[in-house]
Amino acid sequence: MIRMRELRKDFTVRVKAGRLRRTKRTVSAVDGIDLTIEPGEMVGYIGPNGAGKSTTLKMLTGVLAPSSGEVSVFGLTPVPQRTRLALRIGVVFGQRSQLWWDLPLGESFRLLRHIYRVPPAEHETRLRRCRDLLDLDEFLDTPVRQLSLGQRMRGELTAALLHGPRVLFLDEPTIGLDVVSKQAVRSFLAELGASGDVTLVLTTHDLADIERLCDRLVVIDHGRVVHDGSIEALHARYGSRRSLVVDLDEPLPPDFALPGATVTGSAADGHRVTFALDGTSAGTAVAGLVAVASVRDLSVVEPDIEDVVARLYQAG
Amino acid sequence: MWSGFRRYATYRQATIAGSFTNIVFGFLRCYVLLAVAAGAVGNRPGGYDVEQLATYVWVGQGLLAVTGIWGWTELADRIRTGDIASDLLRPVPPVVSYLAADLGRALHGTLTRFLGPVLVGLLFFPLASPHRWQTFPLFVLSVGLAVLGSFGCRFLVNATAYWLQDARGPQMLWTLGSGVLAGLYFPLRLLPEWLTVTLWVATPLPGLLQTPLDVLVERDSPALQAGLVALQAIWAVLLLWLASVVQRRAERKLVVQGG
Repeated sequence: MIRMRELRKDFTVRVKAGRLRRTKRTVSAVDGIDLTIEPGEMVGYIGPNGAGKSTTLKMLTGVLAPSSGEVSVFGLTPVPQRTRLALRIGVVFGQRSQLWWDLPLGESFRLLRHIYRVPPAEHETRLRRCRDLLDLDEFLDTPVRQLSLGQRMRGELTAALLHGPRVLFLDEPTIGLDVVSKQAVRSFLAELGASGDVTLVLTTHDLADIERLCDRLVVIDHGRVVHDGSIEALHARYGSRRSLVVDLDEPLPPDFALPGATVTGSAADGHRVTFALDGTSAGTAVAGLVAVASVRDLSVVEPDIEDVVARLYQAG
Repeated sequence: MWSGFRRYATYRQATIAGSFTNIVFGFLRCYVLLAVAAGAVGNRPGGYDVEQLATYVWVGQGLLAVTGIWGWTELADRIRTGDIASDLLRPVPPVVSYLAADLGRALHGTLTRFLGPVLVGLLFFPLASPHRWQTFPLFVLSVGLAVLGSFGCRFLVNATAYWLQDARGPQMLWTLGSGVLAGLYFPLRLLPEWLTVTLWVATPLPGLLQTPLDVLVERDSPALQAGLVALQAIWAVLLLWLASVVQRRAERKLVVQGG
């Protein structure tokens, strides 16, 4: 459904080189990406600032022309066939608005119905679903300029879906939203993805979005794909380990060793010790520990995706 | 188009303030031109009599908000901020969607801003009324073509932002140039004939205001009257074609600003 082959986008930057002279420098925002996305997939597309995420999305939607390589969505080449493609995709740019600033939200939706030539009955059905799931009714008559960011984002999502797109591109849809609005957006997207009708490509800096929504994670850095697979595969690849945190009555002896686990931290004068579990189960580790020490409390901490991703970005 | 109308209809106070300004400047322009007429040979500067001049001024003041030659920077602003990306995601070419919105704006201008200055002019000055039946349909057609021509010019001026990022320079030049060369400050017929002809043929600017006004006041013979409208039509088509070419060219080199 979505195919990218050796996709590149170079930008020319003019740099000051003397009083009047300026030299041109080419910067590769996207540097040879190969990626195929199948129908119904929910793909998280992440990377540090400037990695090329938004640029890729803009090439997929036909806003930017690639410098080289191939890109196709539904078999269409985005830039030359942009207007045909627009009928089949939905796009939300978290930092931009596709709604009309001066018009009430409901009026924007009516206008979109005409622009996309959606039959009234279909439009009404989709709008009703969005109104129910995203609680739009209370601000449907409010001009877009007076909406809060959370309300506007709910409006943007609806606007992107009213023509029944088969692919939804979301560029940081939860940026700047409060916890409640984020949850509303995530639940809505999760429900949308679960129906299997829509393919979802999501860029974000909030990894909770990815954990909640995406079964495939593509990490890019400096315009190249550095990981493509599930979140579990990312943990396995970068050796993320579960941790066992124990509170002890007495500190452990200095030469203490727990098979299959490594001490990674010690606090409160040795009364709280953190072990990284190297392949051993939490149960085995706990059993080994209670045999030699008096354990007051313990917890098992799952690996944190943010740590893994931070390590991945720093390695780049 | 309806949305363009609705967007402008939102700002009622601006509509009232705009009409008031048009009327104040109408008085200024009218008295200046009548003073010129009083000193001209046979009281007919540029071939207009006093009634024609007053009509030229007051209908011109009304038409200002219809053709809307000034003040539209939306496209340039959206290019500068990168919001143009949202326009490109629609299944309609930007030239078409902006034109539709502009026709809505022009309709709003016609219904709310045109009549005010004309009625005030009628109250305070003797205005000319057309004698030929074809003048009315020709005037309506000419105003429609002026709206299209004005949109084409403004789209091109705004589109310079694709290359310059900031179109304030071209916009200032446009504001200055269009006011003078569209016949707003004074009828272009006051200029030497060779210059008038050159301006009419070589630039679309007289077609934005002067042509519909000349048609209405019947400044010329029926044949020349129709010929000027035909010239306006040629320019309108040419400008819209040029706008779509420039837009396509710009899309190939577009850089969306701000992530």
